[in-house]
Amino acid sequence: MSATTTQERPAPAAPVQGSEDGRIGLRANLRHIGALVRRNALQIKQNPESMADALLMPIVFTLLFVYVFGGAIAGEDGGYPNWIVPGLMAMMGLSIAMAVGTGVHEDFSKGVMDRFRSMPIARSSVLIAKVVVEIGRLLVTMAVLLVVGLAVGMELNGRWLELLAAVGLSTLFGASLTWIFILLGLTMSSAQAIQGMAFMVMMPLQFGSSIFVPTETMPGWLQAFADVNPLSQLAEASRNLINGTGEVGGPALSVVLWSVGITLVTAPLAISKFRKKV
Amino acid sequence: MTRVNTPGRGRNAVEVRGLVKHFGETKAVDGIDLDVREGTVMGVLGPNGAGKTTLVRCLSTLLIPDAGTATVAGYDVVRQPRALRRTIGLTGQYASVDEKLSGWENLYMIGRLLDFSRAEARRRADELLERFSLTEAAKRPVGKYSGGMRRRLDLAASMIGRPRVLYLDEPTTGLDPRTRNEVWDEVKRIVADGNTVLLTTQYMEEAEQLATELTVVDHGKVIAEGTVRELKAKVGGRTLLVRPVDPDQLPVMTAAVAEAGLDGIAGAGTDPAGEALSVPIISDEQLTAVVGLLGARGYGIADISIHLPSLDEVFLSITGRPAAKTDEAEEETAKA
Ligand SMILES: Nc1ncnc2c1ncn2[C@@H]1O[C@H](COP(=O)(O)OP(=O)(O)OP(=O)(O)O)[C@@H](O)[C@H]1O
Ligand SMILES: [Mg+2]
Repeated sequence: MSATTTQERPAPAAPVQGSEDGRIGLRANLRHIGALVRRNALQIKQNPESMADALLMPIVFTLLFVYVFGGAIAGEDGGYPNWIVPGLMAMMGLSIAMAVGTGVHEDFSKGVMDRFRSMPIARSSVLIAKVVVEIGRLLVTMAVLLVVGLAVGMELNGRWLELLAAVGLSTLFGASLTWIFILLGLTMSSAQAIQGMAFMVMMPLQFGSSIFVPTETMPGWLQAFADVNPLSQLAEASRNLINGTGEVGGPALSVVLWSVGITLVTAPLAISKFRKKV
Repeated sequence: MTRVNTPGRGRNAVEVRGLVKHFGETKAVDGIDLDVREGTVMGVLGPNGAGKTTLVRCLSTLLIPDAGTATVAGYDVVRQPRALRRTIGLTGQYASVDEKLSGWENLYMIGRLLDFSRAEARRRADELLERFSLTEAAKRPVGKYSGGMRRRLDLAASMIGRPRVLYLDEPTTGLDPRTRNEVWDEVKRIVADGNTVLLTTQYMEEAEQLATELTVVDHGKVIAEGTVRELKAKVGGRTLLVRPVDPDQLPVMTAAVAEAGLDGIAGAGTDPAGEALSVPIISDEQLTAVVGLLGARGYGIADISIHLPSLDEVFLSITGRPAAKTDEAEEETAKA
């Protein structure tokens, strides 16, 4: 054993730029994320059914709400589609993000993750690529939602920029939710458990909000919850943006703060979880 | 106990000292010392659950060891993981390629992750698919590959970055003999190019084919080490079996070999089935000598085969017990 200390150390294999351990530069990082996004996109191409939820959900929900509940739930100004579509925009982010948990669980238990983790790339890039792909899916979903919404009578009256802003807000919030479900997928040991947990998170958030119904009719305690629920804030901001009906700044700021807050907490947790996963 | 290489014998690509990794009660790796000289193949031989995969995972930064140190190409596995990852290639025990992507897309993706330009990554993917005879299957999803093709792709994937140190965790387990030979040929080429390979296996034959030196592990501990030749001498080496055309000639043949006084040959006899002449041999020269003698005396030979000691026999002779895991065995190694 004592001979160890006298041993000659081989020279480093490759020139390592930057610090001694070779930090990965921003450009390289972006290139890695690009390569991993391409991987996810190719997987979707190989298995187009995986886009079914993203494409069908907005159609089914819009038709369901407009034609089944549309009569029963009182329309506010601008007609019912103008009221429900912004709400559905908020909901889509949650639903798309929710599916990520099981996907991550399945994907990350595969051997290819060992390869990624043994390669000289930032481990966060694997997760960031996943989020980028989910944002892509969410944008597709919103596009379908808007097409269907316009087809069933939503009116924009030229407020395209405001619509874009609303899509941006929903996407930002959806992306932050994706981190929560990635964390869940990395933490829990079975797909069923993840699904159960995801529903427990989703249900109260979704129904205790102003996505589907105005909060005025709710009992006091629920109304209090619904009013601080970021989904309500998101729905309200989107409605006011698209319809020009009321204040945008407050709810929009609240959504941005929530999104940033959620991301700042869950993204580092998820990345460290991924780093340490055995 | 540790064989520490003197600098004159070449530098060490891998140095492991007192490495420990426990999973709860399971002592998967329990104080392993290991040196792999640059440009050689180290075979890590051991039965199921010996800790081979855990060792490889520690050395490829997938697991953080509980204690001990390990350096690869001079980089510490714990303190310099990023630099270390630039020098290694890993072919894990379980396919580490993306099944939903085509073979080409897998290799291209890895090239890009290794900072190759698009053109370079494309060229390298084509080149390696060609080298591993996968060009025809390049566009097909890996999920539709046979086990052998997947294994070869996995090997190709590990080679993209021209790693100086390559880990192969049971590279041929579950492959048919032809595919196994293909993988062996590739490994030999990789080493001929001057790279270092750490290979785990459960097969004595594989170790003999590929490894310069061997480390036998069991229950997370090194129980024997040395060159293939040294270990074989320890466990009795190979046995040459010669089946005569005429079974009646067996006794005279046996007597002829026994009495010829060939260098280092002792214990010529008949095999348990009574069908073939059996001669324990250590060197290839002895093999030639025996076969040459029989030919010169004009005996008709119907079949010649070489019997290698199995992993079980190796274990039996090293530890005095079979490789199977039992509680008693556990205690024995703990004491040893
Ligand atoms: N992540 C883990 N969590 C708990 N126990 C583990 C883990 N990985 C390995 N083990 C245990 O550690 C021991 C060594 O396992 P390892 O996979 O290293 O053996 P091996 O030599 O590669 O076996 P095989 O030939 O079957 O591949 C086994 O008892 C195994 O059950
Ligand atoms: Mg193993």
